Amino acid sequence: MKTVSTWTLVVAACGVLLATAPGFLDAQTDCLSCHAGASLQDASGHSVGVDAPKFHSSIHGSLQCGDCHTTIKEYPHPDVVTPVKCDTCHAEEAAGLVGSVHASRAEHPCTSCHGNAHSIFPKDDPKSAVYPLNIPRTCGACHGNDAMAKKHGLPNVYPLYIDSIHGFALSKEGLLVAANCQSCHGSHHILSHKDPQSPTYKTNIPKTCGTCHAGITADYMGGVHGKAIAAGHLDAPVCSDCHTAHAIEQPTAAAFRMQSTPICGNCHKEKFSTYRDTFHSQLGSLGGYVETARCWDCHGAHQILPASDPRSPINKANLVATCGRCHAGANASFVQYQPHANARNRKLNPALYYVRLFMNLLLASVLTFFLIHTILWLIRSRYDQIKKKTAKGGEDA
Amino acid sequence: MPDLEQAAEAGRELKPAKGRYFMRFTREQRYLHAVLFTTFLGLAATGLPMRFSQSFWARQFASGVGGFGTIIFFHKLFAVALTVAFLIHLKVILQRGLVNREKGIFWGATSMVANWKDVKDLVAHLRWMVGLGPKPQFERYAYWEKFDYWAVFWGMIVIGFSGYAMWFAPFFARFLPGWALNAVLVVHSEEGLLAILFIFSIHFVNTHLRPDSFPMDMVIFTGVESEEEFKSKRTQEYERVAREGKLETRIAEAPATWLVNFSRAVGFTAILIGLVLLALTLSAYFRP
Repeated sequence: MKTVSTWTLVVAACGVLLATAPGFLDAQTDCLSCHAGASLQDASGHSVGVDAPKFHSSIHGSLQCGDCHTTIKEYPHPDVVTPVKCDTCHAEEAAGLVGSVHASRAEHPCTSCHGNAHSIFPKDDPKSAVYPLNIPRTCGACHGNDAMAKKHGLPNVYPLYIDSIHGFALSKEGLLVAANCQSCHGSHHILSHKDPQSPTYKTNIPKTCGTCHAGITADYMGGVHGKAIAAGHLDAPVCSDCHTAHAIEQPTAAAFRMQSTPICGNCHKEKFSTYRDTFHSQLGSLGGYVETARCWDCHGAHQILPASDPRSPINKANLVATCGRCHAGANASFVQYQPHANARNRKLNPALYYVRLFMNLLLASVLTFFLIHTILWLIRSRYDQIKKKTAKGGEDA
Repeated sequence: MPDLEQAAEAGRELKPAKGRYFMRFTREQRYLHAVLFTTFLGLAATGLPMRFSQSFWARQFASGVGGFGTIIFFHKLFAVALTVAFLIHLKVILQRGLVNREKGIFWGATSMVANWKDVKDLVAHLRWMVGLGPKPQFERYAYWEKFDYWAVFWGMIVIGFSGYAMWFAPFFARFLPGWALNAVLVVHSEEGLLAILFIFSIHFVNTHLRPDSFPMDMVIFTGVESEEEFKSKRTQEYERVAREGKLETRIAEAPATWLVNFSRAVGFTAILIGLVLLALTLSAYFRP
């Protein structure tokens, strides 16, 4: 009933316009007399309605319709109108889009991020689709969509991000300073991480993260990994190699501590293998006791320095303090323990090598002898039982 | 063996059984074995996940029981219990041998100490197995039983020392060289592995699963064995005791049905746990 009465009004208003003022259109009121119904659609189903109060409160609310819809100058206007060109005013943003991953205007119109063209708000307004706390949801409309991710060969990053420490800070704590998508990727001129100009290109990542984590980045740049990256060695890890790009966890959390050592082991294979032989690893792999030493507990996390550096926690002079952080009562003799001893290497660890050799020989000889002994015995006993037909199992036993 | 005679007398009543039963192990010895295998199973079950912490079952087990903290807590608990049992055993042996001057503790036919006869028995036994000679006759403890005893004895000293050295590493570091702290883990885990592999395969078969005892030798649980078994398994001991005219003093009551059933349940559970642990160990050891 309500629909009918609204339509009656609309038709009546149009009739009045037709009767009185065929020709020039000027004020918002002229257009809104037809387009004011928010649910208004044209013959092909496109929304042509405007939520007038919302539009008035939006950032473009003071503009006249013709300022954007420049081709419509009089009434009646053609059924098909040319699309609005936002870059008439927003030239800088439009220029940024050129060459970016979202350059295709057909696939990524401005409205895909900024929302309905008639209800655009400034980015510091919580109603805005690009308000910091709303950005992940806006980007996630595409980047949280499996089909979309597959189509473009991209990971489905939204769920990873939203469960990360950044995502929690943003969605649960409501922190404006929490990193959202555009903090790292930029907004209009978003480039692939393979592009050396991109803030997410490998060598640019420390600087990008350093925008917020300035102290950590300074530490990192002073360590072996930072220096290697600065020298152009792309094999060296940057922030995201250890922390991941989107699924970043609180580093002290159990989950991260559990998954972290293999990350270092990706490159430091020999050290990882010898670490695996130690009690630190054996116990650390089982979970539920995440305090056991992981790589960075001894080596430091960001400012990793060679043992020869007096500032390094694994420098001889600092070992008692470093080990003492977990092992109360650690002394000079205690820290001679080698956390990466290789029992298979006779030159490096002769004593350990021979201990292991002795133990292995003991194991092999005892087990081999008794295995043969037992098998022969079994066969002979069974043979006797069958021959004498005295097989009674455990009856007499 | 006055202790066996006492134990036999204590449990003997005027009740004619089908056959005669003889006392082999005292209550204390059976309890020692019970403590030994209980703590050993516990130590193996908690030690193996640490030794093979990369295997899928280790993590499953660890997360099932509440993580590494629980595992090491019970590992230490069993270790302390076993240490106490070991020290009590040591005290009893020294008391009987040195203080009470009891014969046959450190030397002789009833001693656990190896002698020349054991070497001859081993050779003769092996010859019998391949059909080169008659079956040797054994005394109170056969050579493989003595090996079992000393393997456990040596194992407890080695595993115990290396274990406590890790538990109290800063203290042991005061008088051990640095490399020893690395070595103790190698020694502890290898010796532990040897013990596990040995007990769960060789001891199980030699003592319980071989055709003469299959499926389980109950004597360590009930303390008594039938005359027939005594005579066939430990012929020399039987003949010696008979010669000494002390056979009567060793006669014991037939084991109560409940004790046999209870022992079977406990024993089979222990063997089952052991075999499962053995399978897990082998699966982790030979992991591709």
